[in-house]
Amino acid sequence: MAVNPEPSAESPARVFELKAAAFNLPVIRLLGVDMDAVSDELGVKVEQAPDFFRNTPVVIDLTDLPAEAGEVGFPMLVGLLRGYGMIPVGVRGGSAAQHKAAEAMELAILGDAFVRRSPPAPAKSVPASASGAPKPPTPAPEKKPEPRSPAAGFTLVTRPVRSGQRVYAAGGDLSVVAPVSSGAELMADGNIHVYGALRGRAMAGLKGNLEARIFCQDLQAELVSVAGHYRVSENMPAGLKGQPVQIFLDQDVLRIEKL
Amino acid sequence: MARIIVITSGKGGVGKTTTSAALAMGLAQKGHRTAVIDFDVGLRNLDLIMGCERRVVYDFVNVINEEANLNQALIRDKRCDNLFVLPASQTRDKDALTKEGVGKVLDDLSQTFEFIVCDSPAGIEHGANMAMYYADDAVVVTNPEVSSVRDSDRMLGILASKSRRAETNAEPIREYLLLTRYSPERVAGGEMLSVEDVQEILSLELLGVIPESKAVLNASNAGVPVILDRDTDAGQAYLDMVARYLGEQVPHRFLEVQKKGFFSRLFGG
Repeated sequence: MAVNPEPSAESPARVFELKAAAFNLPVIRLLGVDMDAVSDELGVKVEQAPDFFRNTPVVIDLTDLPAEAGEVGFPMLVGLLRGYGMIPVGVRGGSAAQHKAAEAMELAILGDAFVRRSPPAPAKSVPASASGAPKPPTPAPEKKPEPRSPAAGFTLVTRPVRSGQRVYAAGGDLSVVAPVSSGAELMADGNIHVYGALRGRAMAGLKGNLEARIFCQDLQAELVSVAGHYRVSENMPAGLKGQPVQIFLDQDVLRIEKL
Repeated sequence: MARIIVITSGKGGVGKTTTSAALAMGLAQKGHRTAVIDFDVGLRNLDLIMGCERRVVYDFVNVINEEANLNQALIRDKRCDNLFVLPASQTRDKDALTKEGVGKVLDDLSQTFEFIVCDSPAGIEHGANMAMYYADDAVVVTNPEVSSVRDSDRMLGILASKSRRAETNAEPIREYLLLTRYSPERVAGGEMLSVEDVQEILSLELLGVIPESKAVLNASNAGVPVILDRDTDAGQAYLDMVARYLGEQVPHRFLEVQKKGFFSRLFGG
């Protein structure tokens, strides 16, 4: 991130420094002005990853909005985003009239220079933020984000999970009927079961499910985590190494218990 | 159709080229028409180990670029009529290997050969990926120490996800473990992982255990595949490995500490 320090002030006890910094923000690229449709689609997205959107600053991108689409209902849009826990901070692109309407809602007008940090984004590029960024409503039905699990809710792996491999069970449990090597990663929105030695990493309750658990026959893991609470190998009781265990959250404490 | 065997490991210096030379020679001596290809473009070594470095005219990259045909580039081994070497180019880099080019060369070789042994470069980058992409069988060469075991494990993951068989959902590559530079004395002393330790971590079929041996270096220096040194422990272990690969039941040897006899103690064998 580029940081331009301000020339230091004379007074020795400064109360602030003025600096420039760049941030990656999710961009909501508006493709239509039907706020009801936006609301519906947004609701689905937020439900998938509520933590991702909570108190997240977002930028509204008007670049791809067709000129004939009509007037953007900024008061409604801003209210909608705030309602879902997001903090709309500004708009990018659009016409002078749209800017005026946005300013009325106390949204900043972001020039391209503000946003264009890495590659000069052409109109068709993906939003700058990480995967999982909210997508604008599109007329065609959207593809499911996780095409890997046809039987939603349960993923079964029967071959060894090798170092460097990652397995993610979206929306459900993951069972591995083979060893999991050191350097491999298991992730699941639900529980993780390993019938074999668990030498890699296992992350259950990836989207914040506090009830998720990890079960394994032979605990030799590098790291285990449930809903973001983790323990590395060093912090696991030596007596439980190589034992069949279950790992779960007990009032924000990650517990490892022999089975 | 030929069976394509990749000799791979992830880590460097574990004995891939030695094993490629030994396996290819062993198969050829059993009467199978065999070609061995050096995929280590830019760091070619197989020709030295095979002792044909002074007969290299055209190489693998020339064939891929259609600057030479296969018959011009293949070098027939002087010790065994069934064995041919396709050397790597020393003046190019790994990018010269294209998926289509490699596929075409392997297809052409498949018409006339029974086995094609691909000697993979170290690493998990383009060269190693090209060597393993078309494989039917993989021999993962591993030393009994943790970093080599982890790299082999990584390579196994790549074999299971990025090979042609994986991409076309065909029957997966048959994977074998070959443990090299094994020293029973050091295992007994707790300095080295045992066969059981490595097998437990990698959970693979064990194709052979090659003991640490002076014979390997001597053979490399002389340009003779060590499998031809039938009086040495490493040579015999490679013979066993080839027999096992061809489906024979051969017990594993060289796993126990050899008790020194009176004479060897006397003469420092």
